[in-house]
Amino acid sequence: MSSLQSLDIKQRSATTAQPPSVRNTTEVAKLIDVSKCIGCKACQVACGEWNDVRDAIGRNVGVYDNPADLSPETWTVMRFTEHEEAGRLEWLIRKDGCMHCADPGCLKACPSPGAIVQYSNGIVDFVEEHCIGCGYCVTGCPFDVPRISQDDNKAYKCTLCSDRVLVGLEPACVKTCPTGAIMFGSKEDMKEQAAGRLVDLKERGYQNAGLYDPPGVGGTHVMYVLQHADRPGLYHNLPENPSISPMVSLWKGAAKPLALFAMGLTALAGFFHYVRVRPNDVDGDTAPGGNLPPPPEVKKEERRHA
Amino acid sequence: MTNHWVDIKNADVVLIMGGNAAEAHPCGFKWVTEAKAHNKARLVVVDPRFTRSAAMSDYYAPLRAGTDIAFLGGVINYLLANDKIQHEYVRNYTNATFVLTDKYSFADGIFSGYNEAKRSYDASSWGYEIGKDGFAVVDPTMQDPRCVFQVLKKHYSRYTPEVVSKVCGTPKEAFLKVCEYIASTSAPDRAMTVMYALGWTQHSTGTQMIRTAAMMQLLLGNIGVAGGGMNALRGHSNIQGLTDLGLLSNLLPGYLTLPREGEQDYEGYIKSRTLKPLRPNQVSYWQNYPKFHVSLMKAWFGNAATKENNWAFDYLPKLDRNYDVLQAFELMGQGKMNGYICQGFNPVASFPHKAKIIKGLSNLKFLVVIDPLATETSEFWKNFGPYNDVDTANIKTEVIRLPSTCFAEEDGSLTNSGRWLQWHWKGAPPPGEAKADADIIAEIFVRIRALYAKEGGTFPEPVTSLTWTYRLPRSPSPEELAMEYNGKALADVLAPPDPKNPKAPQAVLVPAGQQLPSFAMLRDDGSTSCGCWIYSGAWTQAGNQMARRDNSDPFGIGQTLGWAWSWPVNRRILYNAASADPTGKPWDPRRKLVFFNGKTWGGADVPDMVPTASPQEVHPFIMTAEGVAKLFVPSGMADGPLPEHYEPFESPLTANPLNPGNAKAFSNPAARVFKGDMEAFGKPKDFPYSATTYRLTEHFHYWTKHVDSNAITQPQQFVEIGEELAKEKGIAHGDMVKVRSNRGEIVTVAVVTKRIKALDCGGTKVHTVGIPNHWGFKGVAKMGYLANTLTPFVGDANTQTPEYKAFTVNIEKA
Repeated sequence: MSSLQSLDIKQRSATTAQPPSVRNTTEVAKLIDVSKCIGCKACQVACGEWNDVRDAIGRNVGVYDNPADLSPETWTVMRFTEHEEAGRLEWLIRKDGCMHCADPGCLKACPSPGAIVQYSNGIVDFVEEHCIGCGYCVTGCPFDVPRISQDDNKAYKCTLCSDRVLVGLEPACVKTCPTGAIMFGSKEDMKEQAAGRLVDLKERGYQNAGLYDPPGVGGTHVMYVLQHADRPGLYHNLPENPSISPMVSLWKGAAKPLALFAMGLTALAGFFHYVRVRPNDVDGDTAPGGNLPPPPEVKKEERRHA
Repeated sequence: MTNHWVDIKNADVVLIMGGNAAEAHPCGFKWVTEAKAHNKARLVVVDPRFTRSAAMSDYYAPLRAGTDIAFLGGVINYLLANDKIQHEYVRNYTNATFVLTDKYSFADGIFSGYNEAKRSYDASSWGYEIGKDGFAVVDPTMQDPRCVFQVLKKHYSRYTPEVVSKVCGTPKEAFLKVCEYIASTSAPDRAMTVMYALGWTQHSTGTQMIRTAAMMQLLLGNIGVAGGGMNALRGHSNIQGLTDLGLLSNLLPGYLTLPREGEQDYEGYIKSRTLKPLRPNQVSYWQNYPKFHVSLMKAWFGNAATKENNWAFDYLPKLDRNYDVLQAFELMGQGKMNGYICQGFNPVASFPHKAKIIKGLSNLKFLVVIDPLATETSEFWKNFGPYNDVDTANIKTEVIRLPSTCFAEEDGSLTNSGRWLQWHWKGAPPPGEAKADADIIAEIFVRIRALYAKEGGTFPEPVTSLTWTYRLPRSPSPEELAMEYNGKALADVLAPPDPKNPKAPQAVLVPAGQQLPSFAMLRDDGSTSCGCWIYSGAWTQAGNQMARRDNSDPFGIGQTLGWAWSWPVNRRILYNAASADPTGKPWDPRRKLVFFNGKTWGGADVPDMVPTASPQEVHPFIMTAEGVAKLFVPSGMADGPLPEHYEPFESPLTANPLNPGNAKAFSNPAARVFKGDMEAFGKPKDFPYSATTYRLTEHFHYWTKHVDSNAITQPQQFVEIGEELAKEKGIAHGDMVKVRSNRGEIVTVAVVTKRIKALDCGGTKVHTVGIPNHWGFKGVAKMGYLANTLTPFVGDANTQTPEYKAFTVNIEKA
């Protein structure tokens, strides 16, 4: 959202140097209690109003979900699932949006320095002025959250109202939620809050109630209280064990030194080529090295990382 | 509400039926989540659809639309048959002990006193046995076969779980499970709240549905206690204020009533409303009717209302019949009503049988619409293709739009469902030429008064004598109006003479010119004025009580007496003296509301009792002549002293399963049906599916389709059908469908859902079609058909509220 908060940045995309993390802020979290959510969509509206983004008026596609999906103008949507089991119907309503992973796949995948940052409070934010619209964050996200705008070719998603949190306010969705299904505070407090809710849900017969804070992404700064934590997939395909795509890990992990090595080789090959063959004589049509093989191809991604 | 929103958190069981609080009252619903979180409350939802409230419930049971009396009658039978009632409460605080005369009878679904030609009852056979002492006869043992308890027991013994299942389509086990939850609150230390809304009101038997639930609550001892009550969730932010101020055709402010045509005589009018106690020592608060009435007439007509002219009784219109909305549009159709002023009201969208409404408006000479928005009503004359296919050239009605302000553009008070008057301040000035409603009405009044002054007329006095002392006659301020309805002393208000020393000068309680502290100061000698007696105390000499914002809660049960102001006399829970046993001790020590210490009443709320009255002698239902609550209503109900199940006027069944042999008892025999409308009711062979209309969270009525944010979250009209019906009809998610009733058709998107199930009603399979009602031909959302194209033109027998919640349709793929 803004690069002005530069003094409490924990991680920056495509940057190896440690950002100037002068201030260390409390780790925050939003807790979404699915068992208390009535799906009223007030949070959707509050989000649009605070961030001044709104989609065009769509149409009904046979379900209550509207807008039907996240978009550059819709950063959170209610996902409605009708689940029937042993004659008992449940209408599971999950507020979908960025999970603000502790280990953010988007940030890891992002090739543009500083386009995605993680603050020391855990919020993962997109800095649109640095975004190059490559869409790697979309691939990198295990929750399918970021969306690329057709208008300006930049990526957008929930900021956890980093601008509000910075000045000590709760996110807009939290403030507007009429039933208290969305809560906000330190991650520690939210876990404690969730623990209390789980006691209540278990007492009501939800033996598998649990907190969704998936370790595969290092935990999240948006957590869910689920009635059926053993089956997150029931909630409109919430991933059971989300993790960063192996492709992202590969190219940012093992592949990166290899790529660097390959680039080094390329440079070396170029040098020897220069030494041995001399530059192409572009003026003459009888260049001596004209029929040499082309230089090794460098993959697009690797070029960007170089 | 007998209780209020915050108090819901004190409940052990919450029953949502005839309403959908999570959907239509999401902000109030938070108190249900509080009750669940802090009180381990169980939420039970009974509804034809698995709603957003059901999604939050611990238990959900379906029922067929319009069969709530059968369901609740079955609950009453269960409570009586299984001895799950709070005996001491029932014996001491209800009329269960009262003995009826031998003239009362009930057979084949019809009560004694029925006149078929007039479709109405003579209630004289429903009265109590009156003893030689002039009081009603009671049998504290409740064994007399003619006592209310035994009559009630007999009446509902027919509502067995099997019959309930047959009528409602609720599986028997589900019904019994709901009964268990409800019955658990018959213990004195458990309370259940009932949250309902238009899902009960909008039936031809609506008032009786609500009464059945109230009777259930009385048997359980759940009225007057914290966490209990009968809680009507009002649908507009100030609709409670509307009824309180008497904006219905038969009411005066504060639930005083207009005289009928036969009541030309002032003494007779007053006498019939000044209820004498039916039992010794009882309060019967309506004995004070003359004080409320005279003070109202003084507020309206000032010096023109004198003892000599019966406080200007002749200025009041005498009703030949009720002029409810259905009646008004019937008269327009007949050409007998030629002008209509429509303030904050969108009848084309909101009233049933749209075609009939359009026809009525087309017959008018003029229509004035006072509204902040361009509504379907203000543009009823314009052709909007299939959504409003009218022939503009043939409509001669002159339509005048007067733009008014929205609530956020004016100061004033709003009365919420819990009877709190909360003052609010405007957030922004109104746009363009918009004016406050009071200014618009004042302008019209001032001009009409000038015309009367100049030209005279048949009977100008009621207009020319009306009190109009506002600083700016064309713009009465909200503060002035509030002070007027609170009331003031016109002369010194004196204490009653001291019986020990009758010659001593009477103390001055309120000096002339001061605001009154409460309606206890009202007098029937013309020394006080008060625009609405129940609002007296809202703006006292100490200032605006509605603007108070102290939320301290010293007793910890959420009564917050320093927050805003609640009528009557800042009391938060009505009949709260019933929260204490007949010795004055709270039934439930965890939920101490009010109690009697041997000398006076006190507690967390303003006691609903004479402060020094002994609970042994004075019973807590001080508004009734009996002093107790009425399980059986000897007078005042149009359609019977006990609720009985009747089918909706349009039903998927061909016989009423409770009275299959009597065609007269198929639908409410005392409901008013206009000529021609009976024929317009559909029959099951053409319209086999039960239909019901309702709201969605994303919208507020027909207003928010004018707002981008709301339109984005629910952009387009749809209907909901179950998977089984969809399969039968070959309808898939998102298909366009045509829904027809005998009055019109709509074409819209189908939402196919597991949340609406086919019900087995005694062998007849009943499918339900759910029809949300938020779309029309004005606004920014996608244009849609008005849902009321389909609904029938018939209302509740008592209130004439239209039957929007249960009718029949057919559906096919478009």
